[in-house]
Amino acid sequence: MLMRCRLTRFTMALMLCGLAAASSASELRFCLRIDPKTFNPLLVEDEASQTVRYLTGGVLIRLNRYTQELEGELATKWKVSENGRRIDFDLRPGVRFSDGTPFTCDDVVYTMRELMDPNLHSPTGDVFRSAPGPVESRCTGSSATGSAGVTVRFPGPVAALAAQFDQVAILSAHSAAKESAVLGPFALGEYKPGAYVLLRRNPNYWKRDANGHPLPYLDAIRLEIQQNRELELLRFRRGELDIVNKLDPEMYDRLSSEMPHAVVDAGPSLDWEIVFFNQVANAPLPEYKRRWFRSDDFRRAISEGIRRDDLVRIVYRGHARAAVGPVSTANRFWLNSALQPPSGSQTAALALLEHAGFRRSGSTLVDRDGNRVEFSMITNAGNKLHERTLALIQQDLARFGIQLNVVTLDFPSLVERISRTFNYEAVLMAITNVDLDPSAQMNIWVSSAANHQWNPNQKTPATPWEAEIDKLMAEQGGSQDRDKRKIYFDRVQQIAADKVPMLFLVNPNALSAVSPNVKNVTPAVLAPQIYWNVEHLQVGNALVSQARNALVNQR
Amino acid sequence: MLSLLLRQARRILLTVLLGGLLGATLVRLGPGFGVDERELDNRLSADSQQAIRMERAKENNIALFYVRYLGGFLHGDFGFSRSLNRPVAELLKERLPLTLESLGYGVFGGASMGLVLALLTVWWRAPGSDLVPALLSGLCLAAPAAIIALVLLWIGVASRWAIALVVFPHVYRYAKNQLIATSQSPHVVAAEAKGLSSWRVLWAHVFTPAAPQLAALAGISVSLAFGASIPIEVICDTPGVGQLAWRAAMDRDLPMLVTITVLVALMTLVVNSLADLALAAWKNNTVPPAAGSAPA
Amino acid sequence: MSFKQKFALAILGVAVVASLGAGYLVQSSYSEQFRDAISAPPSARFWLGTDELGRDRFARLLYGTRVSMLLAPAAALLATLIAGLIGGAAGYLGGRWERMITAGVDLFLSLPWLFLLLAVRALLPLNTSPVMSVMITFLLLGCLGWAGPARIIRAGTRTLVNSDFLVQASASGVSRWRLFWRHLLPNLRPVLLAQFWISIPLFILSEANLGLLGLGVSEPLPSWGAMLRDLENYSAVLQNPWMLAPAVLLVAVVGCLQLLLGTEERGVSC
Repeated sequence: MLMRCRLTRFTMALMLCGLAAASSASELRFCLRIDPKTFNPLLVEDEASQTVRYLTGGVLIRLNRYTQELEGELATKWKVSENGRRIDFDLRPGVRFSDGTPFTCDDVVYTMRELMDPNLHSPTGDVFRSAPGPVESRCTGSSATGSAGVTVRFPGPVAALAAQFDQVAILSAHSAAKESAVLGPFALGEYKPGAYVLLRRNPNYWKRDANGHPLPYLDAIRLEIQQNRELELLRFRRGELDIVNKLDPEMYDRLSSEMPHAVVDAGPSLDWEIVFFNQVANAPLPEYKRRWFRSDDFRRAISEGIRRDDLVRIVYRGHARAAVGPVSTANRFWLNSALQPPSGSQTAALALLEHAGFRRSGSTLVDRDGNRVEFSMITNAGNKLHERTLALIQQDLARFGIQLNVVTLDFPSLVERISRTFNYEAVLMAITNVDLDPSAQMNIWVSSAANHQWNPNQKTPATPWEAEIDKLMAEQGGSQDRDKRKIYFDRVQQIAADKVPMLFLVNPNALSAVSPNVKNVTPAVLAPQIYWNVEHLQVGNALVSQARNALVNQR
Repeated sequence: MLSLLLRQARRILLTVLLGGLLGATLVRLGPGFGVDERELDNRLSADSQQAIRMERAKENNIALFYVRYLGGFLHGDFGFSRSLNRPVAELLKERLPLTLESLGYGVFGGASMGLVLALLTVWWRAPGSDLVPALLSGLCLAAPAAIIALVLLWIGVASRWAIALVVFPHVYRYAKNQLIATSQSPHVVAAEAKGLSSWRVLWAHVFTPAAPQLAALAGISVSLAFGASIPIEVICDTPGVGQLAWRAAMDRDLPMLVTITVLVALMTLVVNSLADLALAAWKNNTVPPAAGSAPA
Repeated sequence: MSFKQKFALAILGVAVVASLGAGYLVQSSYSEQFRDAISAPPSARFWLGTDELGRDRFARLLYGTRVSMLLAPAAALLATLIAGLIGGAAGYLGGRWERMITAGVDLFLSLPWLFLLLAVRALLPLNTSPVMSVMITFLLLGCLGWAGPARIIRAGTRTLVNSDFLVQASASGVSRWRLFWRHLLPNLRPVLLAQFWISIPLFILSEANLGLLGLGVSEPLPSWGAMLRDLENYSAVLQNPWMLAPAVLLVAVVGCLQLLLGTEERGVSC
């Protein structure tokens, strides 16, 4: 019996070797827009580096992009205590880094120490910095029982503490390979600047599928550096790429007519398209314009006057949803479902304008002092969706006699105007959200923050409603009771809808394309929409690779 | 000759140094200098944002920056590219060969195509003989470099030939006009009247006298080709210096921009000087044909 | 004038008249959005269909032609004039002056002038009208586009300066000033004209490229450059070939200019 079993294994091995030799390794290919700025997971800022970190980094806790629930990865269990100041992890035993170094609690302690180094200025680390003071990490558990754990204690409460660890890729404290030693499904294989990043399967990855086969199924991921979206689409059509992330609506429709089974519309994403007016006290604006922009009625009128349905239909070709506020409909828990998007009604907008003292004088709108209502709106150049959005808003506002001047600027010039010189009147921007939790929006809503864009860095809140938002955000940030926090943030959403500091226009849909060759794809609205379960994805001959890996593992 | 070479080298060095300084000043005075898009990152704390601003403020004093930059330059250190997070020298080393190869193909291909077609047009004087080259050059002049590159890409032709198609109409139109103007001068008419073969007239009496003006095209072609390589490399995602220049401009990456300015100035000046030197040497060895007389 | 030239003149005439009389030829304005007819194919109502915002492509083409055909030649003229003066002076004066001017031209060619354009856009008030903004952009392009032609004009001037007729005129006691204006400049006409006509499409294309940086023509004003950007979307062009109309018109205009001026460029008088 034993002999027959050995014989069968030997035959299988021969067959598989033959198959493997006949076919190339299974490789998933998709594009990065630019070169990753860093391969150090603690310093990740840009999207390309985030992608590499997601594919290579092992984390203690992972947010399941599909169920939107937290799941243990390198931590089998965790517990948040002391009102969000402390978290205890039980670590998964028997895990090794890609270079074979064992994973221990020292690695977590080392990673947290490096991450919280004040000189590193890591965006990932900054979200844990809720109060001044050191972060203490120490190993717990006993080596005798083989159970290992880590306790991390923060100087102040950290909102949604466990969820923040989704971004913390664990580094090796002892490996000579440093950042190259990873715990994720893939490891950096080769990087040719400007051309591609090749990630190879991590042979020591700890996860297995339901049948006990080692994961990931793929042998490699090739990330081609390609900025031109048209070329990306062309290569996808030719079969040179397997996934296209973040398709724009026009490309989606074109591809949809040619390859209807390849396109994926996962529904509204967490991203916003917003407009805000300059309300900075010392901005170089005429006093009468400052008065308009600070008028709640004026901002609400403009918001009412923009036909969001047309934006969705024309600019986004139906692949977006009119936004109701700072929480997308994709964010199931945190959305204040009582809110409705502005109507786009001309009557409502006119009534608000009249209430604020504006009146028609011939074909133009003037304020109570007779100043003609004309203002400019800036946006980043080269973004066709923004240019079209502005052209539609321009015509929508022309109905009321408002002259809107569209100005497109290159991105550094735009950033300089909105964050340094404050020399602008209104701006149209896209905000990319990766986090479901409202604490990620803390720096937008708190009046003293630099990213409180319409009037940043306030010493004391300029308006009573901003003071109320400050209080609500502090309360929701300091509480670990999710339902209580929801009540606080619902109120923030209500204030945002009433006072309209930002005009939320649309939540664009998450659009992608996936080759039918890729198996086990479960699209999600949260980024990365298509490859969030990358260890389970298979391409073409991945089944052969899977069997080969199983065999290698048995040996 | 040696003193001429030394004079040219001195001139190139001074111009390049001045070019680098002026380039840096232009970037410094342009909008968006010193801002970092990370300033819009909601996750960053106030301290980190302040640190980013401080880091960028180091480049505010342009004179100081340039002196430091030149100090490093002498040791082969061209500074650190903030936008790509790598040393500029390393980036150039990787990307320069690709761009130089494209430029070589582009300039040589474009100039050859333009000169050959111009010579053929002048030689073959039948009515309508210039129709096809004129249409082709008109098409290449009217189409943006990026669009030419895209079309070539769709039909499976390497993007470097797009550079040739950008250079070609300029060479063709200018060479054709020069050659036609020279071919109508009295010494050419006299040479033809004496019964010299048309190719000999074309080479010795038309092309040779027009050569100085045509040589001036060399420098322009290199500048033109490099200018075209930026949109072409960007649109075709070619990892060359053109793509790097675009990134540097978009990210206000001062060390990278200054290095690329110095490089472009150096390249243009060296090509122009070589053309001038070659011409000077050629003139020394050739008896220029006197206008109005036709040597047999 | 040959038949070819008459034909070219007729096409150019039609383009200019149509662009100037756009208001009579099309009912709709270039900025009016017909939101119920997005990306419509050509019809009796919209001869070239509508764009992604439902704007009449034909109206935009005519008004865009007006912008580009008036402003690009103006910029080309400015650039050629500056180039003629600087390049002509360098070639005429020779010696140290020539070396200095040539070095200056080389220096100018190697500088990243994009940042000057960005700086000027930043200095302009945000509420500058689209028409004023596009005029300033073309003016700047004209001021910056002289260096390339100047090198070529310098070389042409050097050849002329050494020619017999100028040496003879100089020997006859003609003043340097008169020599420059009466004998040199008229003979530089072919080179100047060639540079002028070559510059026109270059400025149109520069405007198109600047549009990507926010320095081109701002919404809702149309221009050839902005319309050429649609060509990047190649599969849409294949499906809607009428989107090629601006490119076809641009090529036709450039081709006609070449045909029309072919003889004049060659008319060298010694």
